[in-house]
Amino acid sequence: MTGFIIRRLGEAIVVVLGVTIITFVLLHLLPGSLARDILGNRASPQAIAAFNKENGLNTPVWNQYWLFLDKLLHGNLGYSFQYNRSVDSLLASELPRDLVLGGLSLIFSLAIAIPIGVAQAVRRNGALDYAGTGVSFVLYSMPQYAIALLLIQFLAISFHVFPAEAPQSASAIGMLEHPSGLVLPVAALTLVTYALFSRYMRSSAIDTLAQDYIRTARAKGLPERLVLTRHLLRNSLIAVVTLVGLSIPTILTGTLIIEQVFNYPGAGLEYFNAALRNDYEVMLGITVLVGVVTVLGNLLADIGYAILDPRIRY
Amino acid sequence: MESVAPAKVDVEVQPEGGEVQAAGSPWRLIGRTFLQNRLAIVGVVVVVVVALFSFVGPLLYHTDQFNPNLIATNMSPSGSHPLGTDQSGFDILGRLMEGGKSSIEVGLAVGVIATVFGLIYGAVSGFFGGAVDAVMMRVVDIGLAVPVVFLFIFMAQVYKPTLALLIVLLAVVSWLIPARLVRGETLSLRTREYVQAVRVMGGRSGRIITKHIIPNTIGTIVVTVTFQIANAILILAVLQYLGFGLPATTPTWGSMLSDGTTYLQDGYWWEVYPALAIIVITVVAFNFIGDALQDAFDVRLQER
Repeated sequence: MTGFIIRRLGEAIVVVLGVTIITFVLLHLLPGSLARDILGNRASPQAIAAFNKENGLNTPVWNQYWLFLDKLLHGNLGYSFQYNRSVDSLLASELPRDLVLGGLSLIFSLAIAIPIGVAQAVRRNGALDYAGTGVSFVLYSMPQYAIALLLIQFLAISFHVFPAEAPQSASAIGMLEHPSGLVLPVAALTLVTYALFSRYMRSSAIDTLAQDYIRTARAKGLPERLVLTRHLLRNSLIAVVTLVGLSIPTILTGTLIIEQVFNYPGAGLEYFNAALRNDYEVMLGITVLVGVVTVLGNLLADIGYAILDPRIRY
Repeated sequence: MESVAPAKVDVEVQPEGGEVQAAGSPWRLIGRTFLQNRLAIVGVVVVVVVALFSFVGPLLYHTDQFNPNLIATNMSPSGSHPLGTDQSGFDILGRLMEGGKSSIEVGLAVGVIATVFGLIYGAVSGFFGGAVDAVMMRVVDIGLAVPVVFLFIFMAQVYKPTLALLIVLLAVVSWLIPARLVRGETLSLRTREYVQAVRVMGGRSGRIITKHIIPNTIGTIVVTVTFQIANAILILAVLQYLGFGLPATTPTWGSMLSDGTTYLQDGYWWEVYPALAIIVITVVAFNFIGDALQDAFDVRLQER
């Protein structure tokens, strides 16, 4: 077990390093130069040389990568020269609001996917199963923003139930104080995540139902309700660990799109706006962060699975 | 495969009633299972209809998709414009056809390129195993950790995308999943007796991979291509919607949807829903086909 965790951790570190290399290369592929971008077209060669020296841009590429990595290791994700603000401070104000959006959606989608998945597995090939599969199929085949658009059309425009714009509070708590504005963005991201979860949850529950211990539980006369809650549900929950770990890229990409549609103030919207104003360091800082979180999610899912399911031996 | 185990087929498949299933070629079996799946038929029909609509449609239904017609903007559906016109006066029905061309071209090209590359990569990685496999798979892991949509927005801002560049970029991010799937299958295939037999007979690695491993992963490959096509069409639609795809002069379903969304509040439904519907219908159709193929190849394994 310890060996597995160490090996898995080593792999994760290699992958994170790989992501930083890709980001670094992208930063270097950019046309023009940082000095010109910041000092302007009329900057003197001396000023440019001084700027390059100050920022280590006159050193060999590998050294620049090392500086870049060193900054990242100290938690410095870059600097937005357009906002004259560090990417860290920018994200520090965005991430709590992202946690509200992503966290609530994750909780709701699990709360829907687990019981429906189990019900579908128990009543396999019944009406409920077909309906559930159909819904998740359509959701899965829709571009993420289309789900958001339909919600806006029906719940904000046709029937004025909820506003189409997210609350614009500065803090996460402020967002929670305007629940009506949160409903549509959270619902949209919940559906996007549910589309990913539902089929997996169903097949995991079907697999569990075929296990010997379910047969034993039924054979010894345990009421079906207890078979489902004590044996089926509990063991299906192991799959949830994997689900949550693997859903992180979907949630983060979903966040980007949903935040853009609902003007939800978060890192995704920040990324979108940074793209519009060519603020590359912000974009790459967020990309590195998303990459690291993705790797971390996979790692925790693997380790969590190994701990929860003692049958897994590496 | 047929010649390897005909006796076994007879024993296993023959039901008590004495009704013997024709032990045809595996391809016929796969084809039959596929055709029994009604959703698969629907999928194939829809894909064919959308393809005809996009490529043959413009020959029958002539519209001008190059010069904006500012007298006829945002017109509701009528006799001369069955699905109305958009904000620049382009006929929506004709524009859906044009948009279909780029969606289908990108989807097919990306699906095929990504799967072929992923197939070779995965087969090599799984076949050699050990350190080669570890290195090659870490590369895949790194690629999967880079968020696709984020990466694309960045690339689109730096380089103005063309159709070819977009296909290459989408293929670059799409080969990872097929590579991983094929690698997993290769790991088990390389221990099979027939692979070992070739090795004992002195067959070289290249021959084993191309003649024995790759043909046996055909099920995974065919299924993957369909899912990759669906995925590519979806990512394209998302990028176009966010405004980071092909330039505005190329009509696409995603950009139509994006333009139409501006008028959602005004009730110009014809500028939003036809584009949305055709994206969802096309992607669902490809997914139906993929699912049915998966089942069909599974059944072949079960019935054997």
